[in-house]
Amino acid sequence: MKISTVNPQDKTALAQQRDLMQQRVAQSLAKRHAKEKRFKLTGQLAVGTALAFVAILFISIFSKGLPAFWQATLTLDIYFDPDIILIDEKPVQAAGESDATFQERYQAWQMDLAFINFNGLILNALAEVIPEAAAHPRDAMRLVTSGERIALRNLVEEDPSIIGSRKRLNLLADANVDVWIKGNIDRDLADSRQQLSARTRGWVDQLVEQGVIKNRFSTALFMNADSRSSLASAGLAGAFMGSLMMMLIVMFLAVPLGVASAIYLEEFAPKNKLTDLIEVNINNLAAVPSIVFGLLGASVFILWFKLPLSAPVVGGLVLSLMTLPTVIIATRSTLKAIPPSIRSAALGIGASKVQSVFHHVLPLAIPGILTGSILGIAQALGETAPLLLIGMSSFVASVPSSPFDQSTALPVQIYLWQGNELRNFFEARTSAAIIVLLTMMISLNALAIWLRRHFENRW
Amino acid sequence: MSNLMLAGVLLMLLALAYQLGLTRSRKLTTDLSGQKVRLHSRPVYHGALVAFWTVVPAFGVFLLWRFIQPGVINQMIIAQLPEAIMAGMTDSDMRVFLRRITHLSSGFGLSDQPQPHELQAAELLSVLQVRGHALMLALMASLAAAGLYFSWQQIHPDLRARNQMERVVKVALIACSSVAILTTIGIVLSMFGEAMRFFAFVNPMDFFFGTTWNPRFQTAGTEGQTGFGMLPLLWGTVMIALIALLVAIPVGLMAAIYMSEYAPSRVRSVAKPIIEVLAGIPTIVYGFFALITVGPFLSSFGATFGLDIRATSALTAGVVMGIMIIPFISSLSDDIITQVPRSLRDGSLGLGATQSETIRKVVLPAALPGIVGAILLAASRAIGETMIVVLAAGNSPVLTANPFEAVSTMTVTIVNQLTGDLDFASPQSLVAFALGLTLFVITLLLNVIALVIVRKYREQYE
Repeated sequence: MKISTVNPQDKTALAQQRDLMQQRVAQSLAKRHAKEKRFKLTGQLAVGTALAFVAILFISIFSKGLPAFWQATLTLDIYFDPDIILIDEKPVQAAGESDATFQERYQAWQMDLAFINFNGLILNALAEVIPEAAAHPRDAMRLVTSGERIALRNLVEEDPSIIGSRKRLNLLADANVDVWIKGNIDRDLADSRQQLSARTRGWVDQLVEQGVIKNRFSTALFMNADSRSSLASAGLAGAFMGSLMMMLIVMFLAVPLGVASAIYLEEFAPKNKLTDLIEVNINNLAAVPSIVFGLLGASVFILWFKLPLSAPVVGGLVLSLMTLPTVIIATRSTLKAIPPSIRSAALGIGASKVQSVFHHVLPLAIPGILTGSILGIAQALGETAPLLLIGMSSFVASVPSSPFDQSTALPVQIYLWQGNELRNFFEARTSAAIIVLLTMMISLNALAIWLRRHFENRW
Repeated sequence: MSNLMLAGVLLMLLALAYQLGLTRSRKLTTDLSGQKVRLHSRPVYHGALVAFWTVVPAFGVFLLWRFIQPGVINQMIIAQLPEAIMAGMTDSDMRVFLRRITHLSSGFGLSDQPQPHELQAAELLSVLQVRGHALMLALMASLAAAGLYFSWQQIHPDLRARNQMERVVKVALIACSSVAILTTIGIVLSMFGEAMRFFAFVNPMDFFFGTTWNPRFQTAGTEGQTGFGMLPLLWGTVMIALIALLVAIPVGLMAAIYMSEYAPSRVRSVAKPIIEVLAGIPTIVYGFFALITVGPFLSSFGATFGLDIRATSALTAGVVMGIMIIPFISSLSDDIITQVPRSLRDGSLGLGATQSETIRKVVLPAALPGIVGAILLAASRAIGETMIVVLAAGNSPVLTANPFEAVSTMTVTIVNQLTGDLDFASPQSLVAFALGLTLFVITLLLNVIALVIVRKYREQYE
């Protein structure tokens, strides 16, 4: 179209067309703006949904788990009756007696102690608050968890002079009593479907009224190892020790190895096909499913090297291999961020390459390396699947004393507890264990964030 | 001498050798006439070099000896056994025999009466162990002494101790970085080896294309009922991963778009870390969450619409896994969207497009390859995820298209087949390695493709 030859009539036609266009734009504008608003709203909705998921997750775990830190506890006057605790004096090592013979005597004494009817003490104490308890010992003993008689035995073993005295003690109630008090079981269920007999339930309500049974903060969860016979006193101590040992192994294995390989790859390695391959390999290793590391552990460490099943040392090795790529990647990105001028300055005043790296670059990289390592350790702390394959899911009722002992780990303990038959009780206890695990992970992460904030170098 | 004591002695030796090297090289800084002499390397390097030659060869001998000694001693004991006893022994008898004499010689004792030839062998075993240990200590001591003496002798102002030490450091660094490669090789070889043993029992075609999964032990009357067909498991895995992506892609992608394009920096600095918390939560916690909260909720939610949703089903596991992978998709896509150059956005806005039109028609198409890469990475994460599906998928290995039913996945089956007794001889437990290998290959392919796409994308805009 040639403008110069346009006559006046066409001019008005053009103007009309332009008006039409502008009208159309103006009309569609409202629609487009509405669309814009909708789009933005969808975005806000998505962020809101994601945040809501976080909130629901935490609220559901915490609301279930927090009450489990307080357990139904009976406060009873225990009379250490000399007529029940019939036992000789606690053996004392005589002068000139060899260790072996003393040990023998001591063990014989412990054996005698183990045969004493500590349940009798508890029963007598119960009879003081519920007179009819003596006539129905089976129902009465359902009130107190079975692990408490061991606690009484330990008291006597520690200090036999308490025999003959009275002592006010807090005894953990049975898991079923706890469930009944907290209302985690339907109180209207028929007798045949209740865990406790009608008589015991009546007593529980009576004792709560009397103030003998109270919800008290319980340290059993932290101090005891797992238990199957005395569910109310099952605790996390064994799993915690197992996890701690594995984390130490990861710290002393994965972190130095990872940092060293990152230094080599970033500072020394020539850029060629081989180092390219290593780089791709490490990136892939970081994304290999964790269960594959479990298979590796099962076949290499257990089948070939014949290391023991369920031992923290194997778990630590497997988790170290799994954390290694994380540490390498974090360290490499830290090293990459350190400006080349530092290296050039060191080299310029006559330092060797090794000196420039170890004396100048590495000290600057330490905050970043620490942050990456802590995040890697936190990730290893929460890992469950590979541990199941190296036998760490077996029931272990003791606290491991060396990395070669049988043990579980915190996340594995959670897995074991969620499968316990007494769902009413263990749903809360599992949530409590999760709270402990999450608290540890969040503190590790917070430490990492603090380190980054505190020591971060901006170039 | 116990291992702990040995380690202590080695450490002391290390310190001593270092000190010796250090003092000798320091003395060299002034010659006999009191003139200053320039050392090529500073004294610390001389010390370190002496310490290295003193301790490392001795320690190498220790490791090697530990590795070789038990086998050699066993051979020596077997060699002296009377013919008459050797004749009737199978391999497993031999293992029992060796374990019994180990218990005997360590004073652990046996539950029954040991036989005379066992007592004799146990005696020999303890003698050989003591001798072997003594021999090892002697060798270590002489190596340490020789190393100390010769490297100490060598100290000289012109000795290039620093260069030698740096070579040692470099070799150590290379050794460390080979661990990552060895891990990969270990994964591939161990899984391949065990999977091959599995395929000796089961035809690979039956495994990869079979549709029944029923790996029970054959007893009388159940012949022909076992099936090692992987397809139901593969389908379960894929279905759950698809559900997870259906949950995570819309939420994660829209969240990323909002965060990178719209959100004020204050909102962004709060919301982004909170969403990333989801990535740090252990998977066992998600599994428990699915089992206790999400499963019952979905089940009762379905009931109000007359749908029969099982509490543990593909849907439950998929939804929770979707929540887990939201941060993978959102933070990766966020990075990628922010990398799209400003000029593309300005161009589009300058032509009068609204912000959402710019995003949908300009930014997203430009970022698409990277986003696809992010989704593939998230998918590989979902396929390899274990604990959520162990707890929440219901573990029933049947081919079903109904997401409300219970299913089983490859990871669940690996856990099921390998927990409890590890005997590594039956196809029932070996199948875990065949499944693991398949899983490894699938995730590896997804990762490689994703990494290639992401890398290409980065190069495009750098």
